[in-house]
Amino acid sequence: MLQLVLFNVTNGLIIGAFYVLMALGLSLILNLSNVINFAHGNFLALGGYIAFVLTPFIGFWGALLVSPILTAVFGFLIERVLIRRVYARDPVYSLLLTFGLAFIMQDACRYIWGPNGLPMTIPDGLAAPISPDLFFITWYRIFMVAIVIGAVAGLFAFLRYTRVGIRIRAGTLDLDTVAALGVNVGMLRSFNFAVGSLLAGLAGVLAAGQIGLNPNMGDDLLMPSFIAIIVGGVGSLTGTLLGGLLIGVAGALTTVFWPAASEAVIYVIMLLVLIVRPRGLLGEEGMMT
Amino acid sequence: MTAATVSPNTQTGTARPWLTAAIVWALLLTVPFWLPMLGGYTALAARVLVFGLAAMSFNLLLGFTGVMSFGHAAYFGLGAYGAGLTLKYIAASTPLAILAGILLGGLAGTLFGLFIVRRRGVYFAMVTVAFGQIAFYVAYSWDSLTGGYDGLRGFSRAPLHLGPLTLDIVNNDKIFYYFLLAVFAIATGLQGLLLASPFGRTLLAIRENERRARFLGIPVERHIWMSFSISCCFTALAGALYALLNNFADPMGLHYSLSGEIVIMAVMGGMRAFWGPLAGAALFVILQDTISSMTVNWMSFVGLIFVLVVLFFPRGMLGIFQKGTGK
Repeated sequence: MLQLVLFNVTNGLIIGAFYVLMALGLSLILNLSNVINFAHGNFLALGGYIAFVLTPFIGFWGALLVSPILTAVFGFLIERVLIRRVYARDPVYSLLLTFGLAFIMQDACRYIWGPNGLPMTIPDGLAAPISPDLFFITWYRIFMVAIVIGAVAGLFAFLRYTRVGIRIRAGTLDLDTVAALGVNVGMLRSFNFAVGSLLAGLAGVLAAGQIGLNPNMGDDLLMPSFIAIIVGGVGSLTGTLLGGLLIGVAGALTTVFWPAASEAVIYVIMLLVLIVRPRGLLGEEGMMT
Repeated sequence: MTAATVSPNTQTGTARPWLTAAIVWALLLTVPFWLPMLGGYTALAARVLVFGLAAMSFNLLLGFTGVMSFGHAAYFGLGAYGAGLTLKYIAASTPLAILAGILLGGLAGTLFGLFIVRRRGVYFAMVTVAFGQIAFYVAYSWDSLTGGYDGLRGFSRAPLHLGPLTLDIVNNDKIFYYFLLAVFAIATGLQGLLLASPFGRTLLAIRENERRARFLGIPVERHIWMSFSISCCFTALAGALYALLNNFADPMGLHYSLSGEIVIMAVMGGMRAFWGPLAGAALFVILQDTISSMTVNWMSFVGLIFVLVVLFFPRGMLGIFQKGTGK
């Protein structure tokens, strides 16, 4: 029983880590640009596929580094070419735009790499279990969690200590004032979108190593990421982080006791939070209205 | 039918609402005669009616209340499951099935609406999409009742008995089409009346300037909640009709990708025009039908429709006839 619980808690942490990477990226874009990126799961898939293509040439470690950057460049271009055109319009247009983009990207991945799953090779050392007793915990799982912790810490440090990061946070609070102070807000939003894409791309590489690749690998993560944002509170990145971990672990623990309800529990958590605290755990008053 | 022509278009800028309505009804009433000549089939027209009704019902929110639901597939799908489950397990009665569908979808919408109405803008969309997925998830996992991933099969619409008269809507496509059209007429007639009523005018006021409406003493949240519930009831009706049309209800009918398609139909047709969503639904259904018969990559083309409409055609087909405030 202890092993089962441990197994599921580890699973929950890893799933939660993916929710966190996805939801943080979504949250960054949502906070600064007021856009829900429905294609975020497809950015994740793209990151995975790019890594798949690069691995034979530069190895897993190279791909882990380069693929998220290429995904970020792609996100930057998408924002420059498409998404920035609808900022001034009713929000329904940005939703429809990213929605259409999701369809196109998913179909493109299917067209290029085929509808069936593809395996991704990871270094042998990472594929090994950490001990015979804990055979279900491979080094890769530990490695994933470590990378995610590093990425999240990096993101928070970036937002806290760099000039661009501070501008992004300021823009979240009051974009007009930031623009009036002479910051190139258009470029700030593009860069911010690229950072969000980077996180999705990183999640894509990590997920590919664990579960392999398929064109809709990011789809199942999209809805939990929305819920992580709602639960954590819109406007708060720390809240998103907390929300993602909470629903990840709650889902995994429910698997131990009642497997059928493992996915339902995240919706129950969302309902409870909206009843007890409509603005979300760490959300600021008025952000969601 | 006449009620629908008392549309709120007078308030939203279309020059001749009566003319538009006359053209729409003339086309709809004669579909079985001219569609085969153009190479279409009656079931395609039936799908246009069903999705047209869904998009018009959704547009009560987007176009006429000014809030954006991205989870309407849930209520559409619940309507379909409500009708299907009734036919399969309770009684072979078409009216009862439709009623059950409206009740299931409408009640869910009314209940979820309580959590949703305080949000605005993209957050309204985000919460509606998350709530919508609850319905998808339940239908998907409750195998024993709903057939899970494979969908609900094993039911069939039943003939209609109107006193001594029996309408064979089961085997005769045309009679079924006219049955759908009659239901569509009643529903859109009610929607027209609703929008022309003081309640409907209040919704327009909220859309135009929420703060001012609030200062006038209008309970904004309660109005949005009622509008949401009514919209969900009509959408569920469309879903129930869809189940009758296909004798099938599947979980993809609840999935948020369908919600997006309902939104694009409304926007593509013109969300500020009463008949706009119907025009959008017609174009979308026909395009989807044509494209998916030509290529397996139809998803890219559907996505492309989304992108092109947003970038180059944001006011929609009927929107270009309107003067006024396209944003």
